[in-house]
Amino acid sequence: MTGFSPEVEIQWIAAVTAAACALPGVFLVLRRMALMSDAISHSILLGIVLAFFVTENLASPLLIAAAAATGVLTVSLVELLNRTRRVREDAAIGLVFPALFSMGVILISRYAGNVHLDVDAVLLGELAFAPFNRLEVGGTDLGPRTLWVMAGILLLNAAFLAAFYKELKLTTFDAALAGALGFAPGLVHYAFMTLVSVTAVGAFDAVGSILVVALMIGPPAAAYLLTDRLPRMILLSAAIGVASALAGYWMSYFLDVSIAGSMATMTGVAFGLVFLLAPERGMVAIARRRARQRWEFAQAMLAIHLLNHEASPEEGAENRESHLHAHLRWSEDFAATVVRRAEGRGLIERSGDRLALTERGRATAREVVGA
Amino acid sequence: MALPDLFSDYTLRTVALGAAALGTTSGALGSFAVLRKQSLLGDAISHAALPGIALAFLLTGSKAPLVLLLGAAAAGWLGTLLVMRIVGSTRVREDSALGIVLAVFFGFGLVLLTWIQKLPDAAQAGLDRYLFGQAATLLHRDVVQIAVLGAAALAATALLWKEFKLLAFDPEFGASMGFSMRRVDVLLTSVLVLAIVIGLQTVGVVLMSAMVVAPAAAARQWTDRMGRMVVLAGFFGALAGVAGAVLSSTTERLPTGPTIVLCLTALVIFSLLLAPERGIVWGWFRDRRNRRRLHTQAVLADLYALARQHPGQVHGHSVATLETLHPGARHELAELESRGWARRMDGDDWAITAEGESEEERRRGGEEA
Repeated sequence: MTGFSPEVEIQWIAAVTAAACALPGVFLVLRRMALMSDAISHSILLGIVLAFFVTENLASPLLIAAAAATGVLTVSLVELLNRTRRVREDAAIGLVFPALFSMGVILISRYAGNVHLDVDAVLLGELAFAPFNRLEVGGTDLGPRTLWVMAGILLLNAAFLAAFYKELKLTTFDAALAGALGFAPGLVHYAFMTLVSVTAVGAFDAVGSILVVALMIGPPAAAYLLTDRLPRMILLSAAIGVASALAGYWMSYFLDVSIAGSMATMTGVAFGLVFLLAPERGMVAIARRRARQRWEFAQAMLAIHLLNHEASPEEGAENRESHLHAHLRWSEDFAATVVRRAEGRGLIERSGDRLALTERGRATAREVVGA
Repeated sequence: MALPDLFSDYTLRTVALGAAALGTTSGALGSFAVLRKQSLLGDAISHAALPGIALAFLLTGSKAPLVLLLGAAAAGWLGTLLVMRIVGSTRVREDSALGIVLAVFFGFGLVLLTWIQKLPDAAQAGLDRYLFGQAATLLHRDVVQIAVLGAAALAATALLWKEFKLLAFDPEFGASMGFSMRRVDVLLTSVLVLAIVIGLQTVGVVLMSAMVVAPAAAARQWTDRMGRMVVLAGFFGALAGVAGAVLSSTTERLPTGPTIVLCLTALVIFSLLLAPERGIVWGWFRDRRNRRRLHTQAVLADLYALARQHPGQVHGHSVATLETLHPGARHELAELESRGWARRMDGDDWAITAEGESEEERRRGGEEA
């Protein structure tokens, strides 16, 4: 990695971080615990600050351990509050993380005034500076430290998913069955939450605590609208995350604005595109399906109407295009379009104003009325 | 600092009044959010407000709090509508929708803030105080604005009290009564947005959600009545707001938002533990007393049964025997003696008294009935 320019290194960090966040994010979204990522990414600040006071070194691995512990503490406190049955889970989350985060912020502003640890950097991240912090072993420059940390976390997440795929899947989709089969959903839950915390700490160093939420939730939520298969959802999430991160980097490069903010914005753009354009579940697909169903329904109505009066005395009066307005309450334009479409599909034949069913139209009408 | 300062010091009074006004509003409105299980909606709204603040500045070039506040309200409102839309029309759940809106809007806000920082006139200084809030920057006219807007939000709530209550407890029933619950929902959300944005300057976007959740969660412990809960939540919000704002204004390097949040947290913990009826401590005492009573009753029943085996004579039974029948009986005997239901014969032998017998018979009768 040593031969690369800082720009390339930042993109590597961004891409690796996005992929590392997307993996646990999939399960957060599926388990309806998306906002735990928000809670954890805020409250780990307290762990980082406390560990920093002990070691006075921002690069110490103790910081990651302490922050991960605070993340797990957050999860346990939320559950503890929830179990008193005096506070619901959503309110419990809303109580715990602001309190822990506030302690962290106050400690920083009171006692860490002259060290390199300020709230803005923690909250917003400073990816632009990441390449200046190098990992050196025996005098050899191995590349940005953050890149190595995030690559390690990505590997850890991938390994955890691979090793406990079955357990995670079962506890996510059917916790009761998992418990009955002896899978210890609680243990899986806490192991998973530790993983989320570790990922949040690593990512938050690079991109800030708010972006962690965007990278953990945005891509998996988008992938959720694209597929019903879990393995595909995991791969798609990682791909969408990496694409948003890189697009975000270039956006910040050209506009000269916050990298983290741009990456979050691009995650939103990616979700927005999927929300609108996803096949089957996108807004456009839904609107088109509704429109098609409306025309199909109208054509079926027309066919039934013609079948009803076929070979009856009033056939000559009823089975005319000009009569549809009176009988089916259709406007002239609408009736004309329905007739044109039904003719196009070979359901009816038209001679002047007269309409007659084809064999196919008769079959369709009979099928609909169940005769 | 001495309490009189609060009344004589102009700045301090301004800050305290502002914090009280915004605490009352967000506390009262937060009650609805908490009861509707939408505690984290406030988090999304306050984060989503950031790009609105930046855009309002970019479009108008003004840093007047009212202008920024309108931008914040518009963005917060848009964010909420997006959450409703995503949840309503896709299978993405509310938690994910809130997370996406919160993070993406906030990220876009950062983009705009860094864009503003590049502008040549450097008039942007001060916008980033909206991240964590700064009570010390409150001016007299800011406080007037907070008070007027807060009063408007509270007045709207009072006016639509019945509708909001229906929405919180039984929206289906409300719909069947002919109320348009969707419209009521949008109205309540709009009032909540208003309650949140007026606090942004003082508390900041990151922690404003606590102003919505915590007072309501604390107030909930003290009462089961909606009206009382709203009033109490408003009072708690004001109390913590004033305490936090005054502390942070009078102490060096003590950011306002976090200080208010910690005051609120203390209130919540106090209420959870010690509120009458629902307090955890009282619940714990109640459990202990009940458990104790069960044990005492068991030993009394043992003594009664033993006495029945030897009719017509008062006969002591050794503690060892009673311990075999009910481990721990030793500790219950003193309690029984103090109530006059058992007495010590000689040495370690115990017998049931006449009062004890009638008590046990009364209890058994009660059980059979």
